[in-house]
Amino acid sequence: MARATARDRRRLPAALAVPAVAGAAFLVLPLTGLLARAPWTDLGSLLRSPVVADALRLSLLCATLATGLSALLGIPLAWVLARSTSRFVALLRALVTVPLVLPPVVGGVALLLTLGRTGVVGQYLDRWFGISLPFTTAGVVVAEAFVAMPFLVVTVEGAFRSADRGLEEAAATLGASRLFALRHVTLPLIVPSLLAGAVLSWARALGEFGATITFAGNFPGRTQTMPIAVYLAMESDPGAAIALALVLLVVSVAVLAALRDRWLPRGGAV
Amino acid sequence: MNRPLSVRRAELAIVALVLSGMAAACSSSPGTPASGSSSGPGSTPAVTGTVTVFAASSLKETFTSIAKRFEAAHPGTTVVLSFAASSALATQITSGAPADVFASASAKDMATLTSAGAATAPTTFATNSLTVVVPSANPAQIASLADLARAGVKVAQCQPAVPCGVLAAKVLATAGLTVTPATLEPDVKSVLTKVRLGEVDAGLVYVTDAVAAAGSVTAVPMPAGVNATTAYPIAALSHAANPAGARAFVDAVVSAEGLAVLKAAGFGAP
Repeated sequence: MARATARDRRRLPAALAVPAVAGAAFLVLPLTGLLARAPWTDLGSLLRSPVVADALRLSLLCATLATGLSALLGIPLAWVLARSTSRFVALLRALVTVPLVLPPVVGGVALLLTLGRTGVVGQYLDRWFGISLPFTTAGVVVAEAFVAMPFLVVTVEGAFRSADRGLEEAAATLGASRLFALRHVTLPLIVPSLLAGAVLSWARALGEFGATITFAGNFPGRTQTMPIAVYLAMESDPGAAIALALVLLVVSVAVLAALRDRWLPRGGAV
Repeated sequence: MNRPLSVRRAELAIVALVLSGMAAACSSSPGTPASGSSSGPGSTPAVTGTVTVFAASSLKETFTSIAKRFEAAHPGTTVVLSFAASSALATQITSGAPADVFASASAKDMATLTSAGAATAPTTFATNSLTVVVPSANPAQIASLADLARAGVKVAQCQPAVPCGVLAAKVLATAGLTVTPATLEPDVKSVLTKVRLGEVDAGLVYVTDAVAAAGSVTAVPMPAGVNATTAYPIAALSHAANPAGARAFVDAVVSAEGLAVLKAAGFGAP
């Protein structure tokens, strides 16, 4: 048998090409289906309706606040996970990443039973401070942060681990406290990962449905975010549901575009 | 940037496939029901196999009971029950969900199917009306429907697109009350759950839900003259995969035994 020519060796085998084409079609076709059925002529008026405007405003606000909360609590947590030498740190890491794989609706039930008005912790929030989170915009932020924060923690922890420890040690020998070194040496080093983690958790928060509707309920302008509005509109007004879905699609593509250098490296080398 | 020609060809194939999919989605007309093949009234085909029943959330207890009796009366049959808001089920059926029977909590959602040709000749088998339920502890001391309009009272009701939401709006309008709910839930059982957990002070649910949850919630009598009723139609679906089973299940619901189950649960006579 003659040796394969250079061209032959570069040929894509059918055993790979066929499933590759099918896989790509499987992922892309539903999106084109959404575009094909979009009520383009009514789109303007649908998107100007108060329900859509309220849901979009609420979604953007809550996803941003949830990302802020995730950063505020998640960066210190990521630092502890990356730097701690305790043997319990592996267990802690496993526990705090559970919401990453937990079905969101289960998260919603857990939040309701914990932070609800009669919940394990929530009853004291209600009794002592008069705070009741379910059915409030703050409740939406809590539900979204619960599912989104692990994305930020995992991303930032990885960055802390790969950041040059030598620089932190150098700062320490020059008299900097650990907090000062984190603030002025390590954090500036990991800004790209921090941004990626923040965008990732923002996108996750924006798409949150199960935990939100279970914990925060549904009321237009207060707790009805875009995904909930899409789901409920599908029952009564599919045109509005598609219009809302298109907005979410555009936002998602924009997020992907913002992170393209991280996730879609040119030339295939990762 | 010398990439193998065949890889580029595979990418082209993917794009072509996606575009052709879009074209197909554009050209196909939505919903082209095939004519249902129904055997004549004279023939009595044996009832076997699986009967898939889509039923309103409020029918959960009664239809589960009727389905058990049906399976006992027709050995070899299995009834698969799917409970959700009637409007959600109607949307699923018009989108091609494989159901044999649809039982709706409103004439409107059944009309959606009959006008689409998905169902013919529905039979009304029950009626239902609303009641106020409060958690056993009654934290907000609700004694009447009017108390729901008090400031600070947390009320859960169904979202306006589902039958119990339509009924709730009608009842509150008749009573001349302006209630700002804490949450508009996707179906009546979610409302009941929020009351059961004590997360809201009161909920508007069906009389039958209050009967079913009698141990964990307390019903507050409705004032005379403000209540409204909704009628429950049932029909075998035109595209039923098991038409004989579908007809037999509808017959079981409207039989004396089926109606007795419904009556015992608090449903009104058709």
